[in-house]
Amino acid sequence: MASTQVTPTRMELTRQKKKLVTATRGHKLLKDKRDELMRQFLEMVRENMTLREKVEAGIKSANTNFVIAKAGMSEEILRVALMAPKQEVYLETSTKNVMSVDIPVFEYKTRTADTNDIYSYGFAFTSSDLDDAVKSLADILPDMLLLAEREKACQLMASEIEKTRRRVNALEHVIIPEAQRNIKYITMKLDENERSSQIRLMKVKDMMLEEAHHYKEKQQAQA
Amino acid sequence: MYKIAVLGDYDSIYGFAALGLDTFPVTDPAEAAKELHRLAGGEYAVIYITEGLAAQIGHEIGKYKEQVLPSIILIPGVSGNTGMGIEGVKKSVEQAVGSDILFSEK
Repeated sequence: MASTQVTPTRMELTRQKKKLVTATRGHKLLKDKRDELMRQFLEMVRENMTLREKVEAGIKSANTNFVIAKAGMSEEILRVALMAPKQEVYLETSTKNVMSVDIPVFEYKTRTADTNDIYSYGFAFTSSDLDDAVKSLADILPDMLLLAEREKACQLMASEIEKTRRRVNALEHVIIPEAQRNIKYITMKLDENERSSQIRLMKVKDMMLEEAHHYKEKQQAQA
Repeated sequence: MYKIAVLGDYDSIYGFAALGLDTFPVTDPAEAAKELHRLAGGEYAVIYITEGLAAQIGHEIGKYKEQVLPSIILIPGVSGNTGMGIEGVKKSVEQAVGSDILFSEK
């Protein structure tokens, strides 16, 4: 039964009772946390999926555009055209706390405000297909950044949910039953001790009375 | 202030250079793993990596899963979509819920 030995004392009983109260409260709180995390996670993961599908489709079509662009001009010209980018993207990161999980929030800034700075080449030697290809990729970039944010959030939340779920289960199926068992064991043991000492006292009292008054001898004499 | 990196074979990623992302063309898995650790160590908050390359260094990518930064995101390469990115999303659902209840029918 009780796998770990507990000493059946009153002090231990109080300790176990306190442990049970804490565990029960912790269990309730963690369960609430898990439920709320799960709700938010499911919302976010759906968004993640749609974003991912969108981004993958976008990149696929951008890649096709790049292949077409590449077909229209020589490899060297293409390499030279994209060699020295004019535009630069910076990220400002902060974190948002969702149910004690820190999830990243990205805010992106470009070095120049001009949207045409993505074309890092003169238009003399490149085909217009390249412009289209670069444009299609630029269009998908905001979604890609949003995807980076959401996907990371999902990964972090998933591992947090897993941890919380383990804790809830450990409390529910191990810690709480164990404390209850221990409490029962100690109460029974204490009751048993009390009964046995009660009986011992009664017996001793009988013996002392017998010693003092000699009831048995008097009874025999009367008979 | 963080930057964004793109990792993969040259043909899949050269377009991102025009947008202002830093591209790192690598094909060798060992080299890619080294590059990934270098990028993740500092100034890059988001690292896009092609699915083909990611498949070869999945273990290295897994190390960063629990950290807030960097966010390592798989993107399809020029050779096509392997479905690994979608698989990753399904994996996290599985991790959280226990089984894939959302996207299993697809």
